[in-house]
Amino acid sequence: MAISADPLNLIICGVGGQGNILLSGMVGSAYIRKGGFATIGETFGAAQRGGAVFSSVRVSEKREYGPLMPEGKAHLIIGLEPLEALRMVQKYGNPETVCISNTYPVVPAGVSANRDKYPDIDELKEGIGNLTKQCWFLDATAIALELGAPIAMNIVMIGAVLGTEQLTLTPDDIKAQLQESLPPDRLELNYEALSRGMKAVA
Amino acid sequence: MPNLAKLAPDSYHLLQGNEAIARGALEAGVQYCAAYPGTPSSEILTNFAQAAKDAGLHAEWSSNEKVATEAALSAAYAGLRSISSMKNAGLNVAMDTLQHINLATLGDQNGAMLVVVADDPQSHASGDEEDTRWVAQMANAPLLEPSSFQEAYEMTKYLFDLSEEFGIFCWLRDYTRLAHARGRVQVGEYHKADRKAKYDRTKMFTPYIAPPKHAILVEKMAQIRERFEESSFNAYEGPENPELLIISCGSGVLCSRDAIEELGLEAKVGILKLGTLWPFPSRLVVSHIQKAKRVLIVEEVDPYVETHAKAAIADARLSEPPEILGKVSGHMSYVGENNPDKVIAALCEIFGIEYVARDPEYSTKVEEIAGKMVVNRGLIWCAGCPHRASFYSIGNAIKRDGRDAVVTSDIGCYTMDAFPDGTQLTNTLHCMGGGLGEACGFGQLQQFGFKQPVIGICGDSTFFHASITPLVNAIYNKANMVAIILDNSITAMTGFQPHPGTGRTATQDPAQIVSAEELCRTLGCRVEVVDAFDTKASTAMLMDLLKDEGGVKVLILRHACELQRMREERKHPYKVWVEEEKCRGDKCGFCYRVLQCPGVGYDAHSDKAMILEALCAECGLCADLCPSKAIVKEERA
Ligand SMILES: Cc1ncc(C[n+]2csc(CCOP(=O)(O)OP(=O)(O)O)c2C)c(N)n1
Ligand code: SF4
Ligand code: SF4
Repeated sequence: MAISADPLNLIICGVGGQGNILLSGMVGSAYIRKGGFATIGETFGAAQRGGAVFSSVRVSEKREYGPLMPEGKAHLIIGLEPLEALRMVQKYGNPETVCISNTYPVVPAGVSANRDKYPDIDELKEGIGNLTKQCWFLDATAIALELGAPIAMNIVMIGAVLGTEQLTLTPDDIKAQLQESLPPDRLELNYEALSRGMKAVA
Repeated sequence: MPNLAKLAPDSYHLLQGNEAIARGALEAGVQYCAAYPGTPSSEILTNFAQAAKDAGLHAEWSSNEKVATEAALSAAYAGLRSISSMKNAGLNVAMDTLQHINLATLGDQNGAMLVVVADDPQSHASGDEEDTRWVAQMANAPLLEPSSFQEAYEMTKYLFDLSEEFGIFCWLRDYTRLAHARGRVQVGEYHKADRKAKYDRTKMFTPYIAPPKHAILVEKMAQIRERFEESSFNAYEGPENPELLIISCGSGVLCSRDAIEELGLEAKVGILKLGTLWPFPSRLVVSHIQKAKRVLIVEEVDPYVETHAKAAIADARLSEPPEILGKVSGHMSYVGENNPDKVIAALCEIFGIEYVARDPEYSTKVEEIAGKMVVNRGLIWCAGCPHRASFYSIGNAIKRDGRDAVVTSDIGCYTMDAFPDGTQLTNTLHCMGGGLGEACGFGQLQQFGFKQPVIGICGDSTFFHASITPLVNAIYNKANMVAIILDNSITAMTGFQPHPGTGRTATQDPAQIVSAEELCRTLGCRVEVVDAFDTKASTAMLMDLLKDEGGVKVLILRHACELQRMREERKHPYKVWVEEEKCRGDKCGFCYRVLQCPGVGYDAHSDKAMILEALCAECGLCADLCPSKAIVKEERA
């Protein structure tokens, strides 16, 4: 069942360069096409160089909301990277939050340099599980690598989101957005990524 | 990015604030667009460049903000509508020109000029939180600040008309949470503009002689103030007699609305939204202020509205002036961007409300679980970045030279050297052009006993922006220094814009390359060029240049930005892997601990380094430098 909340507060998070901006734009545009409001606040620029990035997406039928949601008010967190998913749960989660996350870790520089420790992936998943009402995990990066296009990981992830039926968006809504944002010769691959993502959570 | 000239009229779109501004300008008939990139302003010009062919625009990436502004000014003199857009720091560069324009006027050909300055509260991508609103007052320019995406579009259109009517440039304040946020905009009709450019050669426009021109300008601003007192960009929403009046502008308006809703204070709190910030609509503010006993001012960074509102109240000599809460009272912070939580906190304090964002038990659980696991993720060069190789060589040369060379750096992706996860070779770091400018100073301290070698760093885009003048200064005044140009053949940090060294214009048309290398030679200094990834040659060359006491030496470390290369080539011709038998794992750790490339990781189970296929860019730097020769780079079959 899709989340029924107005405003609907959605977080898409990950590491700079993973493609959160394309995803937030597709989701926001799809809702506007349905006649609603959507506002997105997100990280751009310098922070894209390997930094933690997130998009705060707010959807409503009533009015325009501000680009940043208040803390503790996320309904759905989409993690393109699992540590980032937990970081967002920490700030924006609540007992009703649901989460869909990629499990492929991108290790921060401080971890490579032995200053910090990247959490054990099973503990990470368990932590997210304990802090959310429901969660789904998939290795979207592995799926994208199988398709020969690691860059399509974000599309696998949006496929997974569709698969969980937490949003009122349909695969056709997202395909319409893909047609607008991608060159025609990339569509086939991205449709495949979408359906692989959907299957991964089925 | 949609082609903004092709959006259907009356339709709704998800537009970035910068796109809303660009579309508004297109509908207003802009024809001449110039800018130098700077986050968060860059997409304004990117959108013009994309629409340029369809819309018949001139769209250029200028070599800096001052030049962009002067170019746009000339277009206005010739009767066109023009725009110059920049980030907050760019305003400082353009200011010498902007300060004069409205004294001189925009001429007599009915031209118009809009300047968009994008501030960056929270310094997401800036060295400071510079609040440029004060400067509009100094330059006598009408300033509007949008509080929504729709308003960004509408204000842009309005300001072109105002500019043409009064013959002065107008100012739109953009900011990160508008510029780089997206929201719903209903666009209007767009018609291709077709004004012809001309200039009446019998006319002269200059700020000289200033006093009489200043008097005319003051009178114009008084007239515009009257307009702004009545402007529909200022509006009140809320109960007739609120207990608290919020006066807000920009990002503060949506944050305030969200906070009021979150706390259920709709019956008690009203919002006076201000869109016209200079000239300040004092009478309007005073008339609303009398609605409530207490007023909270919600704005970003400096107390600009707060200061003007207080002055207006003092001038009005109210018998019972309301209590003004804001930054000075400590209810709002001077630091950082607005968010709903900051307004919620202020409202809670004012109304004595206890607000619990989420179940306290949950919060405790969050801290127990996430608090332990979540680690910081700092900014770092991309896998395959040439700057990683360059800084490795620079560090190596400084160490081997052994005389504690001082490094003055600049603004670009190489700035990340100074961040916590960088190599931190940088000693001083300020603004564009500052790297070579400061090196000029350090390079001329010998008579005071200064014995350390000096390295001034700039990027290729920064070289054209503001580094040529300090280089000339250094050469002429005999500074002893090495200027290093980190030439990745693009303006990378702000999103891969071309510059005069790239051979392409903003509209992707070919252009004659201005060669930094030849220019430096012509200026008369020793110039050496090395591939950044040839760390051996780079190190040896820099050591040699550090020993050379003959004035200014230029070292160009050249290699294309990896992200730009991937954007163009979209392929990985090589394969890189670790030969596990040779890798000494954590006993060495050079590739992941020292180089810190995101493409190489450590596998604790096998105690070996590993190449992360999804992230490695196959540059081969780690393979070249691995002390055990355990990493292999090979061409793909
Ligand atoms: C006055 C001013 N204008 C614009 C900027 C925005 N800005 C920051 S970094 C940068 C790019 C510098 O490019 P380059 O020197 O080639 O370095 P790269 O990022 O390519 O390594 C720009 C334009 C700024 N910080 N200050
Ligand atoms: S964008 Fe280019 S120059 Fe900047 S860090 Fe990445 S590879 Fe280096
Ligand atoms: S070859 Fe090595 S240094 Fe280069 S991107 Fe890959 S892991 Fe990083």
